[in-house]
Amino acid sequence: MFVLVVGGGKVGYYLTKELIESGHEVVLMEKELERARQIADEIGSVVIAHDGCEGKYLGEAGCNRADIVAAVTGDDEDNLVICQMAKHHFDVPRTIARVNNPKNEELFKHLGVDELISPTRMILGSIEQDIPVHELLHLAALGEGELELIEAHLQTGSPAIGKATQDLDIPEGCSLFAVIRDGIATPLRPETILREGDKVIAIGRQECQELLHDQLIGETVPAS
Amino acid sequence: MKTVIVGCGRVGAVLASSFDQAGHEVIILDLTSRAFDRLPSTFKGTALRGDGTDEDILRRAGAEDADVFIAMTEGDNRNVMAAQLAQEALGAKRVIAKINDPLRADAYADLGIAALCRTNLMADAVHAYLDMPVSGRKGILEPTGSHPGGEHHEIVASSTNTVSAGSNVAPGASGAVPSGSQAVPAREV
Repeated sequence: MFVLVVGGGKVGYYLTKELIESGHEVVLMEKELERARQIADEIGSVVIAHDGCEGKYLGEAGCNRADIVAAVTGDDEDNLVICQMAKHHFDVPRTIARVNNPKNEELFKHLGVDELISPTRMILGSIEQDIPVHELLHLAALGEGELELIEAHLQTGSPAIGKATQDLDIPEGCSLFAVIRDGIATPLRPETILREGDKVIAIGRQECQELLHDQLIGETVPAS
Repeated sequence: MKTVIVGCGRVGAVLASSFDQAGHEVIILDLTSRAFDRLPSTFKGTALRGDGTDEDILRRAGAEDADVFIAMTEGDNRNVMAAQLAQEALGAKRVIAKINDPLRADAYADLGIAALCRTNLMADAVHAYLDMPVSGRKGILEPTGSHPGGEHHEIVASSTNTVSAGSNVAPGASGAVPSGSQAVPAREV
């Protein structure tokens, strides 16, 4: 297997090292000469000291015969371009990109990157396992502070999904007044059917929040 | 027409000011607010500090209903990514990206982005000035294809989207600050 790794940071360095140890053919591209030399001193002459975003150098590195191109620089835009050039210009069968901003994942997929690795997303996932994130979000305190503006994000498991607002058992002193769906805010009417992904905006007294939580988010599951 | 420009360098600033003077709505973005010093004091458009490769920021800049979107930062890849975000994710109508690497410029023209290639542009300008034969490579490469999206695909050549874009430019709704999607920013702190 011939793997072309672009980006000689920590990830690129250890990736290259591991791949060589497991017997693959590897070329690493690192545009900073000093860093490239340093890596070459340690792991041998598999380093090309050129910018892997530049079409010319990708070609010289043998991109057209690579089985896999892994773009692991610290910049999302560079990783995207490396993968797109590899895919569309050099017909590489499999491209892998490191994605730092989780919001870029969808775009990268849409633009044809085969596999995305998002450290941010992984760490986030790991944190969310421990902390219940399906909570009511407190947006602001109103009046003397006894009323609060609250947002509830309806996710899988919410008992409110598929129900009309009027069929919910909303505690007294609490009012649901708007829903944000696909980025658009609309007033919540009694007959509005709630959907997964909706963000419901409510105003309520502090003491009714537990009930509101059960209605919109679901019973609290103790974190495992 | 509504124009969003990413990157307030020399060219970005000149474009912003000339579009503005011609009566168009201009929103210009840059990472640093100092860059906006390049704009003339008469500039009536909007200068917004932010990263043009961040979808949220492009949305805030109104790229969704932009008639023209121009990515003019000093990095080819930043321009490519900003342009693709505008075109593929946000639906801006005509998208131009400055891509100085001729190879990348070619590749992205194939993928549906008009590529402005300074390398070609300047090389030919010098040749022409010295009465030497020019390469004939274009300074702006017209989009010749469209992005196929999805996973395994081939580039589909379509001649349609090179010409049509200009015809449906609607000057209406100018000045309208972004639509419903703006109901949320309070939370993003």
